[in-house]
Amino acid sequence: MNLSIKHLIGLEGVPREDLDIIFDTSFSFREVLERPVKKVPTLKGKTIVNLFFENSTRTKMSFDLAEKRLSADSISFAASSSSLSKGETFKDTIKNIHAMKIDAVVMRHPTPGSAKLLSQFVDAVIINAGDGTHEHPTQAILDMMSIKEKFGDFKGLKVSIIGDILHSRVALSNIYGLKTMGAELMVCGPPTFMPKGIEHLGVRVTHNIMEALEWSDVINVLRIQMERQGKSLIPSLKEYREVFGITREKLEKIHKNLTIMHPGPINRGVEIDSEIADSEHSIILHQVLNGVASRMAILYLLVGGLK
Amino acid sequence: MQFKEKSKMADAKDLNRTLNRLAHEILEKNKGSENLAVIGIRTRGEFLAKRIADKIREIEKKDIPVGVLDVVMYRDDFRVKHKLPAVEVTDIPFDIDEKILILVDDVVYTGRTVRAALDALIDFGRASKIQLACLVDRGHREMPIKADYVGKNFPTADDEEIRVKVTEIDDEDAILLVQRIEE
Repeated sequence: MNLSIKHLIGLEGVPREDLDIIFDTSFSFREVLERPVKKVPTLKGKTIVNLFFENSTRTKMSFDLAEKRLSADSISFAASSSSLSKGETFKDTIKNIHAMKIDAVVMRHPTPGSAKLLSQFVDAVIINAGDGTHEHPTQAILDMMSIKEKFGDFKGLKVSIIGDILHSRVALSNIYGLKTMGAELMVCGPPTFMPKGIEHLGVRVTHNIMEALEWSDVINVLRIQMERQGKSLIPSLKEYREVFGITREKLEKIHKNLTIMHPGPINRGVEIDSEIADSEHSIILHQVLNGVASRMAILYLLVGGLK
Repeated sequence: MQFKEKSKMADAKDLNRTLNRLAHEILEKNKGSENLAVIGIRTRGEFLAKRIADKIREIEKKDIPVGVLDVVMYRDDFRVKHKLPAVEVTDIPFDIDEKILILVDDVVYTGRTVRAALDALIDFGRASKIQLACLVDRGHREMPIKADYVGKNFPTADDEEIRVKVTEIDDEDAILLVQRIEE
């Protein structure tokens, strides 16, 4: 039952056996979320630090909730309120955390590779909650859990990731994880959003949204990251919606029901229209619930047990 | 750890007779099946609970609710075990408030599993009573826990264990006494 990984830095190289254990455990923990008392004593006495060097609402809330539901003690740093704004270096922050003798660190940081770096210097379990444009493994795990919940299996399932692939850690983690599980993948977006050499990861590439919609069983629609570089790479949000936005007009042309996913937060009327995001084929709110359950599973599997 | 079979303490017929007796004892003590519900502790307890519920239905001509409880999340021995136990799904598809719950496990030993199960059940609501039924009591309690209904009493030595097998997941219905082999 033990995972082969000791930290969750990314899904690159994480074996299928580990992902299977994480999914099974996630479904077990989801049952806890349906109970009258949604709390179990599983991680009583464990201390977890949530280090958010970058803004996050739902990932942070989801981890907070997962930790509380497991009875772990958790404390949170937000970059804006921490000593970082007083000029403390990342290295000093790491040293301080290390000295505090905690069991796990959940970290979001704008620099790719920061989670890996932290895991080399701190004697605690590191869970990457997003490192720049690199990976966001827990998001991909909850996405995959939601797909598994609906389809049962990944073999031969066609999944498209649509939008800003270049700046998306969600896309990269999903590609690694879904490939490992045997799904087929396509990425779709404007050329300015497409990283060079992405096809070497074993994914199909298209700039034609209709081709992606016709091919897919599931579409995972990414957010246009207004706060990142994204905005300058497209002519306008209105034009993006016209060409790549998921609208009823486009979906009506393909004569089949696609399963719709979005990691949130949604820019309604940009990458996806409200009526599609809220439609019966959308599993966006399942993703949120599964996010708490899968983070509980990951915390249990990595932090539970013998230290 | 390796084990070898030392002796068969009960075969399929014995096991069935014992479950019959347990079902009758449960009904006798509770004066029928009114408000009764059975909850099995994973893994073997689940199947024993279903069988006891079937027998109660045969006797009383009335269905009673059956649930399955996984207690891994409530265990206190994470920190001493080297291998993390798998968490399985708990399924209690009914409201336990005001119910008389019969908690079913295959073997009662240290009492720690039952302790964890009681903690878990309390999170589901307030049952009017919780009673414990086990197929085998093998002694060596580490907690003040006593079963209300005991199938067999098999006091074991330090290097012995009891294995309950059920056809739902094993090759036969049986209770085996096994002995640890030193490697």
